[in-house]
Amino acid sequence: MNPVGDPAIRLDGVSKSFGALKVLDNVTLDVAGGTAFCLLGRSGTGKSVTLKHIIGLMKPDRGHVIVHGKKIDELKKPELTEVRRSMGFLFQNSALFDSISVGENVAFPLRRHTDWDAAKIRKAAQDKLADVGLDKDFDKMPGDLSGGMKKRAGLARAMALDPDILLVDEPTAGLDPMTAHEIDDLLLDLKKKGTTLVVVTHNIPSARHIGDELAMLHEGTLIARGTAAELDGSQNELVRTFMRSEGAG
Amino acid sequence: MYARVGAAIIAALAWVGEVSLFGLRALREAFRPPYEVGEVVRHVYEIGWRSTPLIGLSGFAIGIVLSMHTRASLERFGAEAMIPAGLAIALIRETGPLVTGLLVSGRVGAGIGAELGAMKVTEQIDALEASAVDSFKFLAVTRILACILAMPLLTLVMDFCGIVGGFLAETTISGMSWQLYFQRAFSLVEFDDFIPATMKTAVFGMIIGTIACYLGFTTTQGTEGVGRASTRSVVLASMMIIMSNVVLVKLIFFFFPAKV
Repeated sequence: MNPVGDPAIRLDGVSKSFGALKVLDNVTLDVAGGTAFCLLGRSGTGKSVTLKHIIGLMKPDRGHVIVHGKKIDELKKPELTEVRRSMGFLFQNSALFDSISVGENVAFPLRRHTDWDAAKIRKAAQDKLADVGLDKDFDKMPGDLSGGMKKRAGLARAMALDPDILLVDEPTAGLDPMTAHEIDDLLLDLKKKGTTLVVVTHNIPSARHIGDELAMLHEGTLIARGTAAELDGSQNELVRTFMRSEGAG
Repeated sequence: MYARVGAAIIAALAWVGEVSLFGLRALREAFRPPYEVGEVVRHVYEIGWRSTPLIGLSGFAIGIVLSMHTRASLERFGAEAMIPAGLAIALIRETGPLVTGLLVSGRVGAGIGAELGAMKVTEQIDALEASAVDSFKFLAVTRILACILAMPLLTLVMDFCGIVGGFLAETTISGMSWQLYFQRAFSLVEFDDFIPATMKTAVFGMIIGTIACYLGFTTTQGTEGVGRASTRSVVLASMMIIMSNVVLVKLIFFFFPAKV
């Protein structure tokens, strides 16, 4: 676990292009350990790409991504795998393994990375599903779940190994307000336990609720960064407009 | 015109190069821990055991047809006694391995291409990586190894069922006893006929697994891309099996010259 305050994640001048399309342009930011960092911005501005850089699913064209003091973009596969064990990732579309049950999805990281027996793994997976309100859905297949339930199951899987760093892509998109609030509270609980959160969201109320620090990406560039109050009073009209869009979700 | 043809040839060679590197990487990774033994066994079951009905029935039908054709040819020379041996050699040396390869490329190649393609476009492969699992090893290496292991076993099933089918056809027409049929069938078959021809199907398995996994891993453009990966897996694997068979047969003749 990273000590609170120390940078757990640092992006140092990261640029990324897909063909002629520049998605990230010299992005530099750091996230203190044990805090919640919310990344805001319109669709297609590079927020999810930023998360994928942090966990090493993408490599920057320029710059470096540093997690727990290690340059992710320079690590070899075994070392990268080791760092990833301390991270959890909730994908925008949940990305549940559709050939196994919801419970097995959550149990999967535990089977791979612990030497626990089957009963202990099942109990731990059930507990994680209970945290997200899916304790009765252990044996259902992902295809039988609604979009919101899939999202919650994905979050349970991301939390399975109690990661130091949790990367969350649109945790409340498609959820009803009650469930969205419950997910926010769950993320806050994780933060209180010392988990570093990086949350990509369009949901401004949610970002205000859980974020210690917020940042806004626009056309691949970080145009604002600070507390919610600081972004509310930003000199940039675009940032102020975005922060006023309370209903976005 | 020449430039376009040249560019197409270069693109095709580059593709073959990429697929070859993918396959070689899979072979290298197969010998590095962690060994995904459980996954390999599961895929041998999925790819091998669950292909058995298709392979067995096809072999049986091919045996009957081959027997009828062989009879029609050998009858002209009064050499009906050679029918079992001719059929067994044809099946074991060429028909069994090649048809097994083509059938498995249809059933398994399409399945792997579609499954991995769907996993790719729904970010399940990324999710595996994010779960600190080497997706290449977990998904591709295990399937390629399973194809390599399952193909020779399926070829044995094809050969056996083909010879049984040939016996049924022969005994129906000529009333030949099974003891005499099998004695004649294996009278000319030696290990040099059997081992290289059967083992070459491991190469077919490598081709099927590698092409299907490569196309699955490189799928783009959503569900349309998944369909394309599935179709191309079958077409390209079948084509590569037929083309590689030429080289493999030549190699077998080179290393086992007594059988030429």
